[in-house]
Amino acid sequence: MKLQEIIKQCGFEMKTQHGELIRDVTGGYSSDLLSDVMAHAKDGNLWITLQTHSNIVAVAVLKNLAGIVLVNNRTPEEGTLAKANEENIPIMTTKLTTFEIVGKLYEMGIKGN
Amino acid sequence: METKFDKTVEILFELKISDVMRRDIITLGPKDKMSVLKSTLQKHRISGVPVVDGGALVGVVSIEDLIKWLSDEGRDCYIEDIMSKNLQCLYADQPLMHAVKKFDQYGYGRFPVLERESGRLAGIITRGVIINGTLKKLEMEYKEEEIRQYRASHFFGDITADEKNVSLQFKIKGNDFDNAGKASTTMKKNLKRLGIRPDIIQRVAIASYEAEMNVVIYTDGGTMQYNIAEDHISIEVTDNGPGIEDIEKAMQPGFTTSESWVKELGFGAGMGLPNIKKCSDTMDLQSTVGAGTTLKIEIFIGEDDEATGNY
Repeated sequence: MKLQEIIKQCGFEMKTQHGELIRDVTGGYSSDLLSDVMAHAKDGNLWITLQTHSNIVAVAVLKNLAGIVLVNNRTPEEGTLAKANEENIPIMTTKLTTFEIVGKLYEMGIKGN
Repeated sequence: METKFDKTVEILFELKISDVMRRDIITLGPKDKMSVLKSTLQKHRISGVPVVDGGALVGVVSIEDLIKWLSDEGRDCYIEDIMSKNLQCLYADQPLMHAVKKFDQYGYGRFPVLERESGRLAGIITRGVIINGTLKKLEMEYKEEEIRQYRASHFFGDITADEKNVSLQFKIKGNDFDNAGKASTTMKKNLKRLGIRPDIIQRVAIASYEAEMNVVIYTDGGTMQYNIAEDHISIEVTDNGPGIEDIEKAMQPGFTTSESWVKELGFGAGMGLPNIKKCSDTMDLQSTVGAGTTLKIEIFIGEDDEATGNY
């Protein structure tokens, strides 16, 4: 499923200006430990997290992730957005909790892989 | 002469097809008549035309097809009846080296170039275009080199390259979380431009990131030295302390000495060193408390690396 389709169906609020939205999302990964994401997230995954500092962008770039979803309506730090725009990593927010949004994505067919 | 040739090979990896391809493409539709092809080739003095239907590439028709059609009596028909539909394409984001290989492999006069995401026709590439692009880049680099020679020598400081090895050095600041990860992301981009296999890049990226974060989280700073050789990539990370008390313990998954605020940022989970080990082919960790730590890792590039193996 394309990222823009997921954004529409989940009602995510886009925080970044740039970023590739027509990309195919290969699956999802949820974790707040950066090393865990480095070890286990896969190319093209959508990453669900509550971390908002700028290092999440570096992780997304290194793992070639499709985008980052911040849960509980958490807002990304300013430096995070600047970096994400520079690196073309889409960052979006949801008011749902991690558990709820992961469940919803799973129902939509976004599996963990 | 040999160094000149190496330079050309380097440029072929450095340039992307999109950097040199012709974008002002003349196209025809599948329902255009063969008589239109004849006049198009004559008018623009070209030897082949991509056939496009509603933005999507459906075929290629060349002067050879035209000659063959003429010798078969040349009754006017649609281009789609004549064109070759068995298409060999290139992608705009591929290194120019891929195009060179493809010309060698197929002997065609031209290849259509597609935009990877949309699959749309973005340009066309011929041997002439490749030669022009390479020469232009060589000329530019030659000029830059001349300018560089006037400048202070520290510009040479962080990059040194001989015939087969490329080295890069980064300084890492301790506790600078804003810039943490910069060395690793920069390196990832460089490896991509060099045409290194994606799975190798992925392993280098993970190991490099974890090592970089360790320097940021636990030390007052250090350096990371990357060395890209023909058959392996090595990273050497050094810092000036505080050093690791018990390396065996530090290697255990989950073991950490980091403070709670660091953990809250999602770092310091005790997974860094195990992650590095998993991603590297060799790993050597030496540390003296009070003096510093040196980590050396190697990742082998492997023989089936089609992008670099033959060159």
